[in-house]
Amino acid sequence: MPLLHRIARRDHEAIAFTLDGHACQGRAGDTVLTAILAQAEKLRFSEFSASPRAGFCQMGACQDCWVVLESGERLRACSTALGAGMRIATKGRAA
Amino acid sequence: MSGRAQPLIIGAGPAGIRAAEALVEAGLRPLVVDEAPACGGQIYRQRLVPDERSSVALYGSEAPKAERLHRDFAALAGKLDYWPQALLWNLRDGKADIAVGGASRQVAYDGLVLATGATDRVLPIPGWTLPGVFTLGGAQIALKAQGCAIGSRVVFVGSGPLLYLVAWQYMKAGVSVAAVLDTAPFSAKFNLLRGLALEPAVILRGMRMTAELRLKGVALRYGVRDVRIEGEERVGGIAWREDIREMHLACDGVGYGLALRPETQLADLAGCRFRFDARDRAWLPECDAAGRTSVPGVYLAGDGAGIAGADAAELAGERAGLALRQDRGLPHAPERAAAIERSLARIGRFRDVLELAFPFPAHWARDMADETLVCRCEEISAGEIRRAAAHFGTGEINRLKAVSRIGMGRCQGRICGSAAAELLAAETGRSVDAVGRLRSQAPIKPIPLTMALAQPQAEAAE
Repeated sequence: MPLLHRIARRDHEAIAFTLDGHACQGRAGDTVLTAILAQAEKLRFSEFSASPRAGFCQMGACQDCWVVLESGERLRACSTALGAGMRIATKGRAA
Repeated sequence: MSGRAQPLIIGAGPAGIRAAEALVEAGLRPLVVDEAPACGGQIYRQRLVPDERSSVALYGSEAPKAERLHRDFAALAGKLDYWPQALLWNLRDGKADIAVGGASRQVAYDGLVLATGATDRVLPIPGWTLPGVFTLGGAQIALKAQGCAIGSRVVFVGSGPLLYLVAWQYMKAGVSVAAVLDTAPFSAKFNLLRGLALEPAVILRGMRMTAELRLKGVALRYGVRDVRIEGEERVGGIAWREDIREMHLACDGVGYGLALRPETQLADLAGCRFRFDARDRAWLPECDAAGRTSVPGVYLAGDGAGIAGADAAELAGERAGLALRQDRGLPHAPERAAAIERSLARIGRFRDVLELAFPFPAHWARDMADETLVCRCEEISAGEIRRAAAHFGTGEINRLKAVSRIGMGRCQGRICGSAAAELLAAETGRSVDAVGRLRSQAPIKPIPLTMALAQPQAEAAE
């Protein structure tokens, strides 16, 4: 069951991305955080206790939503717009 | 103006925009740097793309103000330079290091207006790192900017006007709001009646929202304490105590916040002197009624100087712009400046009332269980902080940081800093101002290491 529930923009243009290898769709106007959490219930595991995290402030202050792309690039999910073809990994511990 | 560098404005929210307008009006060409992709700040944040919701659905009664602000900033295009999605990460030697477009640029400036805004103030509670717990501001951004609810059955907990505003916005958007849990006793709300004379529209709007929440069957609880968020992998419920009663509700989303705290890192890097504000229990950069700091040419405006809200931010931005004009020997509209200062003073008195109606539960830090995680970044518990303070015999917050790593993580203490100070104060039996102020470090937010190490490319402004 996803963490976020869409109440607007449901019919906006679909944007394809992958989440841990699975094909997913976000919507035009999504941040990476929204795109992931509209499909899943976490963004990453914490570095020390490996507990699930899904962001907190959504305004670029708490730094709790850094995710990794399969390329190794790191990005802050709440302040990055979803891009077509992003390959996002949430299972790794190195966020 | 030949030979003088551009004034630099940090933040394109209500304060930054009005400051820019005041400078442009006098023929100056400021550079406006903002982290967001579009102007508006947090309160008047714009969506990444338009959607089916109207401006009124998004901003409620404040829609005309939001629209006016966005429109006025757009009208300044061509008369200023505007770098969106840009992070000012350091200030040194009179120059600003700005991460923008994948590179770091160094910009010389003459006059600096810091309109850096605020973030939610929180104290750690059990379960606050669980997926599904967001700050009140975060819950509001999810709804307004992203068109998403943080759950299908949501509880809002904490303090401050945002608590009721966000709950009301969720209810209006058709989301099931299970409860609003206010940390202050109901009796504290009678203080709001004293605010009627100062800001009647704000008080009446708040009363209407509260009444509408109640009418819709949202449980409004007061004087909640020992709040715990329950769940294994995500939020499953929330528990709290009222008097001697143990309470519990099932929910899958929690919005949490204890009013707001100013973003002051850049004022610190700019060398501004700070003072301890007893009401806000926080160190704030010193400034006069016009926004002048202890550093000549550096001005503060908006919530970054102390929380006063969006209307005050617009006024303070304009006032700081006028001060900068005056200090440069340009026309500075003294009558307008005086009128703004009177309005700001009235709003300041209103803030005193709000603080009484929504008091910060600082004692939560004293009562915090040892196992509660204080630092989300480095996962440091209250017990570890207490042990570090005792073991190293320190009662000073920067020393505590060195020995416990609290405040050293990616967020630089934005989230845990006030809690750590309260904990240390309680542990050492001192007042919170006596433990000192957590110093800010560059980069103020994470940037790629290559950017921080690269030789700065000095740029001639203007």
